[in-house]
Amino acid sequence: MTTVAELPAGFIDKVLSAQSTFRSVMDAMARPGSVQRIEAVAGEPAGVMRGTAAIALTLFDHDTPIWLDARMSQTSAVAKWLKFHTSAPVTTDSSIASFALIGDAPGLPALERFAFGSNEYPDRSTTLILQVESLTTGPAFELRGPGIDGTIVLQATIQPPDLFERLAINQALFPRGIDVVLVHDDVIVAIPRTARFIARGT
Amino acid sequence: MTETTENARQAQRKAAMAVLAHSDAADIMGRLDAVALPAHENLREPENGLVMVRGRIGGDGAPFNLGEATVSRAAVRLSTGEVGFGYTLGRDRQKARMIALCDAMLQSDQFAGAVESGVIAPLRAAMVANRNRDAAETAATRVDFYTLVRGEG
Repeated sequence: MTTVAELPAGFIDKVLSAQSTFRSVMDAMARPGSVQRIEAVAGEPAGVMRGTAAIALTLFDHDTPIWLDARMSQTSAVAKWLKFHTSAPVTTDSSIASFALIGDAPGLPALERFAFGSNEYPDRSTTLILQVESLTTGPAFELRGPGIDGTIVLQATIQPPDLFERLAINQALFPRGIDVVLVHDDVIVAIPRTARFIARGT
Repeated sequence: MTETTENARQAQRKAAMAVLAHSDAADIMGRLDAVALPAHENLREPENGLVMVRGRIGGDGAPFNLGEATVSRAAVRLSTGEVGFGYTLGRDRQKARMIALCDAMLQSDQFAGAVESGVIAPLRAAMVANRNRDAAETAATRVDFYTLVRGEG
């Protein structure tokens, strides 16, 4: 049981931290596969990485239902922290969530369980925030798409290993689809719905 | 802690908030400077926002939205774990932070006495004196209307 006395703090400097984090996420989305750093410092509850905490404090508000995976909702600490600092409602229905926080890979349900948006409002989809082991070392993934000059190679250790194969549903769904932000500590990589996975490198 | 002491403390905090919210930021700061402050951190950075002020026409009238008012709020946590909250009308973020700090200290057995005697009590005395003076000034200009018994009837 977490009381308010044990809650980690929010951003030290709310406005500038939120602005710089927003900029990092925007750059990551505009340049899929590129590694962006999040400078802002905030307190984070157990199990939540620095980057995830900063993104939560920047993008979540009372209009964005949040879905937490089993790891994140293991204790009420994360939900309480989100509630106190962002006033975002935590939902158990992943199909209406604006954001989903995934703390560990087995907690990632089938992508069909999340919101894809509608053809009229493709923005009403769920953005997955997936914490991964590494975004600098590991197997290579080759991506192409808008925002990528030719192809880009992302080296990352990602669970689940078939994430990119599962994201292939974005191709048929367009303009609907799922956007993913991969987080490791304070670095992030965005895989928006327009990015296409070509091949696994060596 | 028993329920009665808990209630007494709640009442004390409530009374202190009423005093602090109506006091000038400069006065609170002046008083607070004289008190030894414990180590603390901002749990929620002071921030401004809007609240909708609702009113009623008469006691049984339907509520309506009167308009929006600016408020500032803050939450401060002492190193010993007490969390204080401060809300005040207006955009003075420092005032909200000082109110939150006072609220946190009021919950700590170690600092409650110092804050109560060093900050809250003098401010309350000043507030009561001001109110009494205004009331006296108003009372001095009071006009009693009375009607002589009229001839009809």
